[in-house]
Amino acid sequence: MSDVTFVQQSALAVFFGRLGRSTLSGMEKLGDATMLGFHALGLIFSKPWQGKHFVLQLYALGVGSLAIIVVTGAFTGMVLALQGYYTLAKFGSESLLGAGVGMSIIRELGPVLGAFMIIGRAGSSITAEIGIMRVTEQTDALEMMAVNPKRRILLPRIVAVIIAVPLLVAIFDVVGIGSGYIVGVELLGVNPGAYIAELVAKVGMHDIYGGLVKSVVFGFLIGMICSYMGYRSTPTTEGVAQATTQAVVISSVSVLIVDYILTSFYL
Amino acid sequence: MQAYRRVEMTVGVFVIVGLLAISWLAIKVGQVGGIGESGYTLIANFDDAGGVRKGSDVMMAGVAIGRINSVTLTDNDHATMVLRINEGIKITEDAFASVRTKGIIGDRYIRITQGMDDTSLEPGSEIEETESAINIEDLISKYIFSGKE
Amino acid sequence: MIRGDKLSKVYGTTTAVSSTDIHVRDAAITVIMGGSGSGKTTLLRLLAGLEKPTAGHIWYGDEDLCTMTDNRLYELRESMGMLFQYSALLNSLNVYDNVAFPLHEHTDLDEEVIRTMVSMKLEQVGLRGFEHLMPSELSGGMAKRVAFARAMAMDPKIVFFDEPTSGLDPISAGVISTLIRETSTKNRMTSIVVTHDVGAGLSMGDNVILLWQGRIIAEGTPDEIRHSDDERVQQFLEGRPDGPIPFSRSTTSYVDDLTHKPGTVRLES
Repeated sequence: MSDVTFVQQSALAVFFGRLGRSTLSGMEKLGDATMLGFHALGLIFSKPWQGKHFVLQLYALGVGSLAIIVVTGAFTGMVLALQGYYTLAKFGSESLLGAGVGMSIIRELGPVLGAFMIIGRAGSSITAEIGIMRVTEQTDALEMMAVNPKRRILLPRIVAVIIAVPLLVAIFDVVGIGSGYIVGVELLGVNPGAYIAELVAKVGMHDIYGGLVKSVVFGFLIGMICSYMGYRSTPTTEGVAQATTQAVVISSVSVLIVDYILTSFYL
Repeated sequence: MQAYRRVEMTVGVFVIVGLLAISWLAIKVGQVGGIGESGYTLIANFDDAGGVRKGSDVMMAGVAIGRINSVTLTDNDHATMVLRINEGIKITEDAFASVRTKGIIGDRYIRITQGMDDTSLEPGSEIEETESAINIEDLISKYIFSGKE
Repeated sequence: MIRGDKLSKVYGTTTAVSSTDIHVRDAAITVIMGGSGSGKTTLLRLLAGLEKPTAGHIWYGDEDLCTMTDNRLYELRESMGMLFQYSALLNSLNVYDNVAFPLHEHTDLDEEVIRTMVSMKLEQVGLRGFEHLMPSELSGGMAKRVAFARAMAMDPKIVFFDEPTSGLDPISAGVISTLIRETSTKNRMTSIVVTHDVGAGLSMGDNVILLWQGRIIAEGTPDEIRHSDDERVQQFLEGRPDGPIPFSRSTTSYVDDLTHKPGTVRLES
């Protein structure tokens, strides 16, 4: 067993070997995650309907993220108004402030920043909670009590996040536009009529629709990735810690990548 | 159980607030068709729409009084626009609609100039008098042509 | 009757269970004993269907656990119970809701009836009156007793016990062993107990299986095991540090490792 032979491998061979292996295991994980996620989502049609658990998750993940969403939304709107005002003032077109703030928030910042906040607040807790349930054998206990943990644990969380994200992003948008109005009109003296009129004139329905579609897709991504990472985490303390970090990183990066793809479709 | 009722209530309020936010965005900011709209529509035919699009402004005396609902090609020949005019704005039967530009390179819009008639247009009727976009290239060639004479 | 047929379970390069045949008699207590790492917990998880074997079959009567549908598996599990090593109480629920959980899930009984049943189960484990406590407020022994009550909530036919006495003081351990013994006899349950506690295992088992390195090395009644002339069995029962089961788990020679002989240097793969 201990007879180890030395084989000289070139750095290039080692590099490609690693690349190949990590690509393969990445693909495997992606497939596993997709199958697990859709398997859990598919259980939505089977009885018993998990209504109560879904409401509890919507409370924990949605209502729980409300405060952070309102705060980030407010400051995003405020800083956009401030920045936008000084840029626009150089061209004498401060009246476009409403359009600038509204466009940036509704199309990009609302969905993306909102998704980031929800990942940090709700996504990490999904992974950590499911991971700890695995460490303490609570998922096995459910299994032995003839309760499918995929249906009881994963499904309500995924559905709750898919529904919570668009609602939270819409609240983020409204708060951001409102706080932009306060900074622009009350502090910097932009004409209130111009702020609203330009906002309404420049932001079209397809912008709002695009923002909404983005937030639903982000919710789906966050729910899938974070519950997968928790469910398949190594059931040890370090395993759960690592899975939580990875869940946050992977969901954030995928949100950015998917955001680019969706934006290129909608422009 | 009491605690769960409170959770349910809170979740309900949360969902309603979220839906209100979505509808505010859609109706007030996005001006989604049908729900948030008021006023009436008029029709106008132009030889050249000159870049006016759905959602462009309709202005009178420099004040926005409505927006363009649609721009379509009629008889493979000229452009037909449906204008949505805000409630309470009366436009005379001999009013004049023209395609204009805000500033030199700004957005295109429809300018409506009131006529002398006492009667105003009924909803759905047509503005007869129209002027198409001023095409700068046409202007230049006209100038060169007249210079030769 | 539960029957494992040539069961194997391999994790990466480690073989936890290798080609094991096992018979679990109905309405009797089968005790699986072995040192840590002997594969006894894996064997239990395989029998309970919590893990799929790498090879082999598990027969419940004439049904194969490995190939049956999820629905059928969950149906079977309604008549099973399991006591986990670390109790595995659901953190978010108090003692009452934990014990009532299977009843809430699988029966349409009135809350009144469930309350009575939960009280009876808790009385059985001596914890009536603790319904409102959360799992985090319980000591290890109490948590295990609550978990026992929960495993018994549906009056199961088959119950799995994973290390029921480990981590408990002698009194609590005694309480749990007695509970297993008494309820099994009273309810004519099929019990499968995994333990490394020789005393508890031999005292409660009807049938004892001794496992070493993923294989069964002895099987029989407690008396047969006690009087076995297998050196490995005697070593395990007496707890001698060295014997046919070697003290050292290292596979390389100590001298070589100390002198850093090139042949023994391990590479990170």
